[in-house]
Amino acid sequence: MTLDELPRGQRAVVTALDLRGGERRRLMDLGLLPGAAIRADMTSPLGDPTAYEVRGALVVLRRGQARTVHVEQAGTGEG
Amino acid sequence: MGTPLPTPGVGPSPDHSGGACASCALSPASSRLGLDPGRYDHVVALAGNPNTGKSTVFNALTGLRQHVGNWAGKTVARAEGGFSYGGAGYRIVDLPGTYSLLSTSTDEDVARDVLLFGRPDVVVVVVDATRLERNLPLVLQIRQITGRVVVALNLVDEARRHGITVDTRHLTRELGVPVVATAARRGEGLPDLLAAIAQVATADDPPAPLRLVHRDPALERAVAELAAQVEARFPGVPNSRWVALRLLEGDAGIEEAVRTGTLGDLAEVDGTAPLHAVSDPQERSA
Repeated sequence: MTLDELPRGQRAVVTALDLRGGERRRLMDLGLLPGAAIRADMTSPLGDPTAYEVRGALVVLRRGQARTVHVEQAGTGEG
Repeated sequence: MGTPLPTPGVGPSPDHSGGACASCALSPASSRLGLDPGRYDHVVALAGNPNTGKSTVFNALTGLRQHVGNWAGKTVARAEGGFSYGGAGYRIVDLPGTYSLLSTSTDEDVARDVLLFGRPDVVVVVVDATRLERNLPLVLQIRQITGRVVVALNLVDEARRHGITVDTRHLTRELGVPVVATAARRGEGLPDLLAAIAQVATADDPPAPLRLVHRDPALERAVAELAAQVEARFPGVPNSRWVALRLLEGDAGIEEAVRTGTLGDLAEVDGTAPLHAVSDPQERSA
């Protein structure tokens, strides 16, 4: 699945970034690397953008950006 | 505080009371970057992510002798100050807080250019002990440029409150450079930090820049081929693989440095090294 589909409050692990160039670099610099744990923290009233918690910080992504981040939901029961 | 600093590859230096840079020719690149060592023996650059307490470390090191300056031709302000330690004078330059040296923002360009072309004697990377994981990529990027690095593991007091303890000895081994735990706002760890800075500043044989081998064979081949060309064109460039990777990424700043030949300044290691107070004739033979 991609990050934009991750329900609020749920955790996942980044598996891939479907991006190239500067935008990919930027997300990696902000901690979105394959293997990083991520949690959908809160969504703005209109549902876009969404804040995600990554490595102890909040990163806010637009839906279009979140769609480029591939994730695997962590755990089965709790996730 | 009585424990010796774990410092791989950086032996305790014989007596360097400074002054060796009096004979150093200042490269055009370093004066353009405003890194005129002047009457200082060593130049220290302070790098780190935003909000790691970098400025607190800066203030703790410099006391009241700081002032704010400006990069020539840049709008990004930088802070600069000085301190003396062990009889040597240090100039310390506070770089903009960045997550990376690779993205395209002016702040990151400034930080990158100073580290690469200003060639400070020591780069102190301030990291947040409570969020170590997100701070380490910058450490890794800087380690690819230089081995003259000290990691200030700051905010350890806050980390303690969160139940986090960091194994600095292990981290020192992994990174190949000294890691010093500090809580700059309380002055904790500053004597150790100063000792580590002095040790790296006067080290005759600093650790080599980190070489990352890429798992993708095609990328690895491309980096190796391009790095060989960079070395042929600019013999003695200490971090040709890093330069090659930047070129493959299409990094405009590095392309420019290759085109104009500024990159060659990096190769002038002996004697003419812009900011190195200690010249090391045997270095770069490897």
